[in-house]
Amino acid sequence: MKEPVNEPGEVLLTMSGIVKTFPGVRALDGVDLEVRAGEVHCLLGQNGAGKSTLIKVLSGAHQPDEGEIRWLDRPARFSSPDAALRIGVATMYQELDLVEGLSVAENIFLGHEPHTLGFARRGLMRARARELMRRLGHPEIPPGREVGLLSAAGQQLVSMARALAHDARLIIMDEPTAALAADEVDNLFRVVADLTAEGVAVVYISHRLEEIRRIGHRVTVLKDGRTVGTNLAADTPTSELVNLMSGRQVETVFPHREANTTDVTDEVLAVEGLTRAGEFSDVSFTVRAGEIVGIAGLVGAGRSEVLETVFGARRADAGTVTVNGRRLRNGSVTAAVAAGVGLAPEERKSQALLLDQAVASNVILASLPAFSRGGFSDLAREYRVSREMLERLDLRPPDPRREVRTFSGGNQQKVVVARWLVRECTLLLLDEPTRGVDVGARAELYGLIHELAASGVAVVLVSSEVPEVLGLSDRVLVMREGRLLTEAPANELTEAAVLDMVMEGSEVVL
Amino acid sequence: MSDVGEKASPAEETEREAAPAQPMAASGRFRVDIRLASLLGVLVVLCAVGYFLKPDSFLSESNVSSMLRLAAAIGVVSVGMTFVIIAAGIDLSVGSMVALASVWMTTYATQEMGMFVMVLCALAVGLGAGLVNGVLIAYGRVVPFIATLAMYASARGLAERLSNRETQTVSVTSYNEFFRGDILGIPVLIWMLAVVFAIGWVVLNRTTFGRRTFAIGGNAEAARLAGINVKLHTALVYGIAGLCCGIAAIMVVARTTSGSSTNGMFYELDAIAAVVIGGTLLSGGRGTLIGTLIGVLIFTVVNSIFTQNNLQTDVQNIAKGVIIIVAVLLQYGTTRNRKT
Repeated sequence: MKEPVNEPGEVLLTMSGIVKTFPGVRALDGVDLEVRAGEVHCLLGQNGAGKSTLIKVLSGAHQPDEGEIRWLDRPARFSSPDAALRIGVATMYQELDLVEGLSVAENIFLGHEPHTLGFARRGLMRARARELMRRLGHPEIPPGREVGLLSAAGQQLVSMARALAHDARLIIMDEPTAALAADEVDNLFRVVADLTAEGVAVVYISHRLEEIRRIGHRVTVLKDGRTVGTNLAADTPTSELVNLMSGRQVETVFPHREANTTDVTDEVLAVEGLTRAGEFSDVSFTVRAGEIVGIAGLVGAGRSEVLETVFGARRADAGTVTVNGRRLRNGSVTAAVAAGVGLAPEERKSQALLLDQAVASNVILASLPAFSRGGFSDLAREYRVSREMLERLDLRPPDPRREVRTFSGGNQQKVVVARWLVRECTLLLLDEPTRGVDVGARAELYGLIHELAASGVAVVLVSSEVPEVLGLSDRVLVMREGRLLTEAPANELTEAAVLDMVMEGSEVVL
Repeated sequence: MSDVGEKASPAEETEREAAPAQPMAASGRFRVDIRLASLLGVLVVLCAVGYFLKPDSFLSESNVSSMLRLAAAIGVVSVGMTFVIIAAGIDLSVGSMVALASVWMTTYATQEMGMFVMVLCALAVGLGAGLVNGVLIAYGRVVPFIATLAMYASARGLAERLSNRETQTVSVTSYNEFFRGDILGIPVLIWMLAVVFAIGWVVLNRTTFGRRTFAIGGNAEAARLAGINVKLHTALVYGIAGLCCGIAAIMVVARTTSGSSTNGMFYELDAIAAVVIGGTLLSGGRGTLIGTLIGVLIFTVVNSIFTQNNLQTDVQNIAKGVIIIVAVLLQYGTTRNRKT
């Protein structure tokens, strides 16, 4: 068996003062990180703290603007993913990058198949794949098995085997347990322990503090693209870690907002006992007219799934959705839209926009019958209303004939919101409305959301950014693992308290 | 996971100094569309070549009229195909549906009931077969390529069974007189193409139905999440394609005064070629009927040039292939500034 040649405790990687900027965002603003051979080094931080960018710098996908990377005490450049692999850094992305139709062995050696004169040496490939799977403690997975037929845990192992096939000395694992069941997690941890015993270093990213305590050796905490705590022991108290992560500087000032004080209990949305097997269970909440209700939680906690089920895009297994006193037909988007519900979905480009078509076509998409007489489109009114809407939302340039593709992320999001404004919906569901939106456009979107609520629209907001949920909402629901944990007025919650609830394995302080 | 990596995406989607947006087909204002203009240019050049080779006969009234009458049936089929392809689908069964409708409307039993029943029969058979395609695709979740491939085989098979592979001559004189005749000096077949094309254009560009067709082809998930009944609409679009095949069958039967299971051979390929040449994207969401019409006319003119100059069909087929590639490359050239 081939052993990586790391000396235990040897400093493998040092990063200092790493800076990476994108237009409008300083994603990394002075990150320091030191990784030693044979350790599990955990990276902690909220969404937007810079973890993903840091991983991309480490794996060679992004080049840092400033700062120094040293590998085995020599300056190093990870100029491409391939260069990083050759140096010995392999990355297991959260979304596994496997080819489902190929076999285990083919996936492990994808892109660097052993060959002679251009002919793949299939026998050798299989033998080496078998050996790798044995090393990972799973000799029962045959190298010839199609990867698409394996469980999530099995695919994870193939991904790890691929990293090992490169003789990786440092493996980056981005939330490797997100898709795993409890017993599979145990196996993963055993494998990680074996690897580190052989001297391989692991950079481990997870939101589950409990896991970090189980397998982590040291912890580095990121906030606002900066290292705020480094080389902490894995048993650092939760409160200390949460304190380091919270108090993020939010570049955007949330507009002041009069708390919704209407005594009238005109309930727009009532969700009762909503359940979808494997996604969320027994979710109940209400939203009143003019109220903004935020749902906080990690990705995978079931937030987007709840929104899409309320909207009818997913069929509920149990429970009811009532809008303006009328129960919605289960699993029917058409019924939800007819009842006055609008959704700005999480994946703007793939779920909401006709990118190649004019803004006007996108804006009126949900209100086609209202813009027609006897089935014939009223194009003049379409353009007039679209233009008015674009001017109101300050979309530049306010040209309804322009293709949506040519606008920035923030403006594209405005187009989606405009669609539901034109529809005059009474309940607006916003799923990660500021994702991929730069700081300036964010502030405008926040203002717009407040304006909508002030005009009586009920808003449900899902966001991975805790400050955003707290800053925008009247009331906050916290979700974890498909369950509604808490419901409280936003001004009674702190960022630290929400973070603490959101992350598994930490004690609830409320 | 939406981490800073997500925030970074403005880097890729920042506002480009974008090329002027493609004028929507429904812009309601005349705008010069480079792609259509270049297509029209190709058509004019081909006509000039035809005229140069046969100055006496090429642009004569009889040749133009016969060219258009030949183009009529495939033109009507291409209108339906344009709807399907804009909705991001494909229909391989159009030729077989034309054959089936042409046979069914010319059986002894149908002919005995007269001209109107014959016409209704063709329309019903076409619409019915198209809806079968549509329901299989929309509600049965069969991939369009496969569903219409099955119809491609079975509709022609059914046509062969109905006709015993014999040519069924039309003996209803009122039918022959009307559909082979002229109105205001223009053949009825050409009127039919013009009317179908005009209705198709209005439906596609001026009605909510057309807008939904573009929306579904552009992004079916977005259309669904905007409250559009995507399944029903998809089924109807294939129904339209079938209905167009029924109309085309009426025209083919009129031209040949007979119904046969060999009618409509290779219509699917000619129609798809015309639609693609016309600038409609096979991936859906974009396209124009005017482009399709020009595409059909380009093929018709090429055919006429070859027959007038007594050239073999093999050369003709090679030329067709070359034209498809040249026309599509020309369009890529004019749209290259758009980053996709």
